[in-house]
Order: sequence, then structure tokens, then C-alpha cells
Amino acid sequence: MLDFRLYMAQRLSALVMAPFVIVHIGVMIYAIQGGLTAAEILGRTQGSLFWFLFYGMFVVAVSIHAAIGLRVILFEWAGLKGTVLSVVAWAIGLILFAMGANAVWAVTA
Amino acid sequence: MHVAKHGSVMNVTVQRGTADMAPRNETFEVPVYDNQTVLDVVSWIQQNADPTLTYRFACRVGMCGSCAMMVNGVPRWTCRTHVGKVLKGDKIDIAPLRNLPVIKDLAADMDPFFDKWVAAEGHHHPTRTRHEEIEPVNPQAEERVEASAGIECINCSICYSACDTVAGNSDYLGPAALQRAWTLYNDAKDANKDAILDAVSGSGGCHNCHSMGSCTAYCPNDLDPLSAIAGLKRATTRRFFGRGN
Amino acid sequence: MKVARAHPLWLAYILHRASGIALALFLPLHFWVLSLALIDAARLDSFLTLTELPMVKLAEFGLVFLLAVHMFGGLRLLAMEWLPWTAPQKTWAVAAVAGSLFISGTFFLQAI
Repeated sequence: MLDFRLYMAQRLSALVMAPFVIVHIGVMIYAIQGGLTAAEILGRTQGSLFWFLFYGMFVVAVSIHAAIGLRVILFEWAGLKGTVLSVVAWAIGLILFAMGANAVWAVTA
Repeated sequence: MHVAKHGSVMNVTVQRGTADMAPRNETFEVPVYDNQTVLDVVSWIQQNADPTLTYRFACRVGMCGSCAMMVNGVPRWTCRTHVGKVLKGDKIDIAPLRNLPVIKDLAADMDPFFDKWVAAEGHHHPTRTRHEEIEPVNPQAEERVEASAGIECINCSICYSACDTVAGNSDYLGPAALQRAWTLYNDAKDANKDAILDAVSGSGGCHNCHSMGSCTAYCPNDLDPLSAIAGLKRATTRRFFGRGN
Repeated sequence: MKVARAHPLWLAYILHRASGIALALFLPLHFWVLSLALIDAARLDSFLTLTELPMVKLAEFGLVFLLAVHMFGGLRLLAMEWLPWTAPQKTWAVAAVAGSLFISGTFFLQAI
């Protein structure tokens, strides 16, 4: 069910995300020291173009990656196929993107 | 490893049934002999307990792959499976190969397996005619070594039955067919490698493989479809980025 | 009849799939909590005080572990598929899990 194009989208979004994941985990390890508050998070991210672009691209990549990954699982393990599968997979991708973009905006605007 | 005593008895559960009914299990008491294989056990049942039991075998010496069945949930050549290796207490479970339709009892329908073998474009595309000199192949060339690693496949379908991706995806061409395509892709004399890559890039193609490696783990001929499929993925990716063959 | 599956590469596959599912389920929650910064900053702060709880710290460790496992497992796959070496795959599977444990361990140690 994964043809070459879906496979490449999956692999490329994964490659793009690898450095993002490493930075994100690093920042988290740093951020949670001494407790976590909204003020501390927003102090770092609010008004920052860098974090906007960073997390913005992260959200795009993860929406593609997770949607394709779940598409495969729904096909192989839940037996969804054809149009239903496509609709559900697209919906997952778009909802993740919408929620993610909203979150990025919430912390960087 | 259980050593069953000569003279004692095993409880062998066998899956029965045809394509149009739900499978049922039937248990037979089979006497233990020294040096017994699972094929011996199935043959004993058919010869002494129930002549209606259907099963397949041919060479009975581990060359043809016809006797492949699920033994305690693992696909094996039954003629090469010593009872001592699989006996659980005094029980053995025998079923037809997974991921294939059942014809009757332990005989599975190999048609889907062979259809996919063809669909993967694992056939030779010639570069020369019979009127030209034969093009030599260097047996030490890296490509040839790679191809030779996969040509001993005897189409027994054990890898196909072991694969969970085949189980979840009926379109998936499967390890044997894809490995064959890889051997042709690496054949120095093949004229149409693009056709091979196209054939393995569809919705049932090599990109569905999750690299769980059950194919390589269970192949009785010690072949490595896992690496062959990774090779196909690499070749299709290279082609995408324009680096050619 | 289940196919016997105890071998390492199959376990790596299942771990990769399970971690992917868990992360995919976690993400919407994560995005929603963060969006509270816009809607209701006080509520975000009250959520964040939950991070002091030991159970939550354990869950965070779990999440970081799953993320690291998923990423290292994925990188192992990419290496196996795209790099021309025949990697010693079992070693890679182990190294992937080890790397994940190290990273999530670091996280956990910093968090407590």
C-alpha cells in the first residue's frame, strides 16, 4: 500500500525531523531544570522568528510523517482501504497540522 | 529440546478443512520412533489413522520445499524438522502454510505466491540475440556476487508465510518475489532494469517491507531476502535522485 | 496460529510501530496544551504545575524514551536501506535502544 512516493515522503520527512528532534529534546532537558512555567516557556519562544520557523517546519514534517505512518497501520492492522483509508489518513494529517500550527502560533506570536 | 521416548505416544494436532469451511483442529495419537521428522509424523497419520488427510511432499530430503507447513506456529520444511526439536511436552501443532489460501487440510494454494513472482518482473530481459557472441559475466564482480546470493531460492514459500507484512497486506509481493527481482536487477546482462524497478515500486512493492527480517530468519536455504529488498529500496531511491544504476 | 517471532529484528519492528502509535496519540494532546498559552495562560500554568508530580515525570521519561527509540530505530532503517554497507543489524538494533535509554535517562535525571 506504500508506493514509492509515499515511501519517499515518509523517509524524507523523517530525515528532516531528525535534527529537530535532537534540538527539541536538548531544549527540553534544559528547560525542565528548576521547574516549568508558562512564563519561562513563553519568555523563550514569544516573538521569536527562529522558534516560529523551527517549530513550524517541525509541525509540517510530523503531520506528513504521522499521517503516512498511521495510514500503513490502519491498512495492515485495521483493514481500512480505498477511499475510506485515504480520507482518514488525510484527515489525520490535516488535523495534526491545524492543531500544531495553532500551538506554534500560540507560543511564538 | 525434548527427547521423546521410543515406545511412547505424542498428541499431534492437525488443521483440517477445505477452502469453503471454517478450519477445525483434529488431534491424533502418534507413536514415537527414533529419528522421526514431522513429515514422518504426518505420513504416519495418513497411512495409519486417517487416509483422508491431505498433505504434500516430494523429495523428502530437503531439496524441493514441497513439504513446507506451519509447525507450532513456525513455517518449516517438515522433512528437515526433527520431532525432538519441536515437541512441546508431548504435543505438536501442524497447519498449512500461513498467508496462502487452503486447498485442503495441509495443502496450501501456491497460486498467489507464483502470481506475485511473475508480477515482480523477475524475468530476464535479453541484451543480445542467439546470433551474437555470448556476453561473458564476471563471477567475481560485486553485482554478480550480490545476484548469486539470491538465486538458490526453490520457491518453498516459507519466507512468504513468515512475513507479517504479507499477512497484513494482500497486495504485497513478498520476500521471495522481490528477492528474485533483485537478482535480475544485478544481472549484468539484463537490459531493462527500469522495468524491474517500476514493477517493485507499486502499491504492493518493496517499499512496504518493514524490515522485520522473518524471511531471512526462517529461510531454510539461508538466503537473505531482507537485504535484497533493502537493495531494491536503495536502487529506487538512487534512481529518484538521478544517480542512475 | 501465530508465527513464532522472538527474533531481535521483529522486536525492533514492533517497538518502532508501538512507539509511533503512542507518539501519534500523544501529539494532539501536546499541541492542545500548548495552545492554552493563547486561550488561557493561567490554565497552561496549572497544567505545568502537574509536571512536578512523580507520575508525570515518569510519563515524561516514557515519552522521551519512545521518541528516542522511534528516531534511532528509524535512523537504523534508513542506514540499512540507503547506505551501501551491510550493517551488523542486530548490533544496530541494540545500539538504537541503548542510545534511546541514554537520552531518556539523561532527561529523567535532570527532571528529578
